Amino acid sequence: MKLKEIVDRLGLKVMAAGEKLDQEVAGGFASDLLSDVMANSREGDIWVTLQVHPNIIAVATLKDLAGIVIVQGRKPEDQTVGKAGQEGVPILVSELQTFELVGRLYNLGISGMR
Amino acid sequence: MLRAYRADLHIHSILSPCTEITEMAPRAIIERAVQIGLHVIAVCDHNSCENYPALQTASRTADLTVLAGMEITSREEIHILGIFDTYERASDVQAVVYKHLPGENDEKTFGYQVVVNEREEVISFNKKLLIGATTLPLEAVVELIHSRDGIAIASHIDREAYSIISQLGFVPPGLALDALEVSPGMGLDEARERFSGIEHFPLVTSSDAHSLDGIGRSATTFLMAAPGIHEIKLALEGIEGRRVLGG
Repeated sequence: MKLKEIVDRLGLKVMAAGEKLDQEVAGGFASDLLSDVMANSREGDIWVTLQVHPNIIAVATLKDLAGIVIVQGRKPEDQTVGKAGQEGVPILVSELQTFELVGRLYNLGISGMR
Repeated sequence: MLRAYRADLHIHSILSPCTEITEMAPRAIIERAVQIGLHVIAVCDHNSCENYPALQTASRTADLTVLAGMEITSREEIHILGIFDTYERASDVQAVVYKHLPGENDEKTFGYQVVVNEREEVISFNKKLLIGATTLPLEAVVELIHSRDGIAIASHIDREAYSIISQLGFVPPGLALDALEVSPGMGLDEARERFSGIEHFPLVTSSDAHSLDGIGRSATTFLMAAPGIHEIKLALEGIEGRRVLGG
């Protein structure tokens, strides 16, 4: 499934790199410890987190993640949005909390297993 | 004249809900620190410095410098030590921290947060949720500490919880930290080998003691002219002959 379809179906707000929404999402990963994301996420994952620090962009770039969903309507820091634009990492914001958002992603066919 | 000072810059008192409440009272901390040969300590309770006056008074007759500090939790749940030359400066920072620290302590769950005076009489129980996280971003915490000429040290970078590396994966490039702290049991050299991207930061080690026998379990030796914040800064930067001699 393409990122664009997920954005539309879950009503996510696109905060950065809107031109990169044609990427294919291969799976999902949810964690707020960036050390964990660096160790265990996989290329093409959509990453669900509540962290808004600029380091999330570097981690997503390093791991070739499809995009980042920030939960609970948290506002990414300005520097985070700036970096995401430069690096072409989509930042999507949901008003939902992690459990609910991950459930809805799963219902769309996105899995944490490969 | 330069000399070696042995410093444990991360000790909790009974104000931190997670400490041994029967042990970490001011006089006992001072006695233990002197007994094991420390020259400088910083008392860094979670998000608060309210026990500093009692500790300072308790140290008056001892050959020991006690610095005012606190361990601030950023909104990313990273622990950052802020250590200051005066209680006034630490209190200024504490006021901002309190303003950005939501919640109320549940003593049954987290423990008592005891504020004492110099006679070790209980003045009050702090009601704030000191164990919680502030709403301040990491960079804002570092900036806040520097705004009162404090030194900002990222706590226990080797730990799997509440460390800058566990929470953010790596130390953000360009972050103006004065040093990174390594826990007891891991040497400074080992930390240098194990973590990449920390080459530009000075390393220190301290105990993060929550009980008396924890005090000084690791400490840093500084070569400097006097036991104060300015000298520690010089030593961390390695200038004017001052330097970190080791852990």
